[in-house]
Amino acid sequence: MKYQSQKVAYAYFLVALALFAIQVMGGLLAGWIYVSPNFLSEILPFNIVRMIHTNALVVWLLLGFFGAAYFLVPEEAERELYSAKLAYLQLAILVIGTLGAVGSYLVGIHGGREFLEQPLWVKFGILIAALIFLFNITMTALAGRKTAITNVLLMGLWLLSLLWVFAIINPENLGLDKMYWWFVVHLWVEATWELVMAAILAFLMLKLTGVDREVVEKWLYIIVATALISGILGTGHHYYWIGTPGYWQWIGSIFSTFEVVPFFLMMSFAFVMVWKGRRNHPNKAALLWSLGSSTVAFFGAGVWGFLHTLHGVNFYTHGTQITAAHGHLAFYGAYVALNLAMFTYAMPILRNRDPYNQVINMGAFWLMTGGMAFMTFTLTFAGTIQTHMQRVLGDDFMSVQDGLSLFYLMRFGSGVAVVTGALVLIYALLVARRREIIAPGSAQPVAGE
Amino acid sequence: MAEILTKTRARNIFYGGSIFFVAVFGVLAVQSHRYIVDTATASLPLTPEVALGKEVWERHSCINCHSLHGEGAYFAPEVGNVMTRWGVLDDPEAAYEVLDAWMQAQPSGIEGRRQMPQFHLTPEETRALSEFLRWADEMDTQGWPPNDAG
Repeated sequence: MKYQSQKVAYAYFLVALALFAIQVMGGLLAGWIYVSPNFLSEILPFNIVRMIHTNALVVWLLLGFFGAAYFLVPEEAERELYSAKLAYLQLAILVIGTLGAVGSYLVGIHGGREFLEQPLWVKFGILIAALIFLFNITMTALAGRKTAITNVLLMGLWLLSLLWVFAIINPENLGLDKMYWWFVVHLWVEATWELVMAAILAFLMLKLTGVDREVVEKWLYIIVATALISGILGTGHHYYWIGTPGYWQWIGSIFSTFEVVPFFLMMSFAFVMVWKGRRNHPNKAALLWSLGSSTVAFFGAGVWGFLHTLHGVNFYTHGTQITAAHGHLAFYGAYVALNLAMFTYAMPILRNRDPYNQVINMGAFWLMTGGMAFMTFTLTFAGTIQTHMQRVLGDDFMSVQDGLSLFYLMRFGSGVAVVTGALVLIYALLVARRREIIAPGSAQPVAGE
Repeated sequence: MAEILTKTRARNIFYGGSIFFVAVFGVLAVQSHRYIVDTATASLPLTPEVALGKEVWERHSCINCHSLHGEGAYFAPEVGNVMTRWGVLDDPEAAYEVLDAWMQAQPSGIEGRRQMPQFHLTPEETRALSEFLRWADEMDTQGWPPNDAG
């Protein structure tokens, strides 16, 4: 750790990991309710479980981003944070808000716009915390060295915080409600969060591979250019059937097709940097998570997104298990795995020790990634059957769902693998056990190299 | 490639491209806002009752089991066209009665069947919810969903 104030990231990562555990266990419970629908139905209905599952996810990913910013901005700006105290104050507000939200959900107090169910006071708390964060991190960046990584990271974080204002605006007209709701939801995950993701990935590549900064930063600008050029009008793929004009079917189809490009570039970027890199960094687990994140993001967000984004296809698949399949793999690859890459890289540095437990950590990667891939396949098959039976043949929703029970059972099994992987990962990150650093093998030049 | 696309040019494409598409998106968003108000949702008035119905819908977090115009959870049936499916779209009184009977009967308690909670709605709230669902069903959603199954 080069700068003392980077230590605040540690507190952010700890809270994020705790919420990560809650999130996956909520998901497992929801998956079990699909298999056995009477389970806890009177005490903890499905809608409450799902709110905890999605909200915990979003909050821990944001905490991860905040922590990552507090870790990497001092290194990039080459100076201490403007104020470590403000950073802890921000974290306290977010923790109180999160506990308040979960507590109110359990007693049945919540809003009803999907993902934005937080009570109004929590929404304002999040806004205040975001403003404290922006002030703190911007003051740090302005006073120090300015790099492309901090520029892009700060732009992403500023824009996503500003878009949060639309979480507080709720028009009475359902069509307008939906249109502005996507200003938060789509423009977060398919635009501004991609900026944050690309910036963190660029930082990790810089540190892990040792490739020249000029090269990394040029890639970064190209990636984020394609992300926003495709992603902003790509919002149109949510404006097909909510009362918005018909021209969105063409704009949405064309631009969201190009949303594959930034994810393909991020995957290429990660692999090219590793090939070009001459540094043999000891933290192999962080490298695995970085490559894994960009690859799974390409499949989950890119390929599975494209699968149902064209309006002619979406007319039939909209709001089926196909959407669930895409949502799970996209979030896992792009944002969960990226955060875990950052945690895996930064935790040993923050705890001032060698990168222990790499083999367990990498085992957790394969368990979670394998589980998520299997979950995505089962939901994709379930969604394909559902689309045909319900949307083409016109069969009743519940009778179609009854026919999908085998897929839901397999999805629960894959969920068990994911939760196990998550708990193993948390153990590997937090419990230093023994030296387990993978020594590089001796270089063996082969013909053709 | 390396010489044509320098870091500075890449940065300029990023900033220039983003500003351009934000501007285009802004214009289209204003036009879409007007279109929703004047065309897509103009067939039924947005009464205080419909607004209350939306609030009831939100207060009970219905969207985290059901979907509404395809958005939400996929645990329970689509309700954007439920009034059409029940055949009561043009009959407010029948719509209220069918919905009320349904809400009263929950949870069914049937073993192996997905359970809907009992929300203890007042008659006024149930009527508002039924008006909100009729209002939503009347929206012009470009022909979606493909059939009455939702």
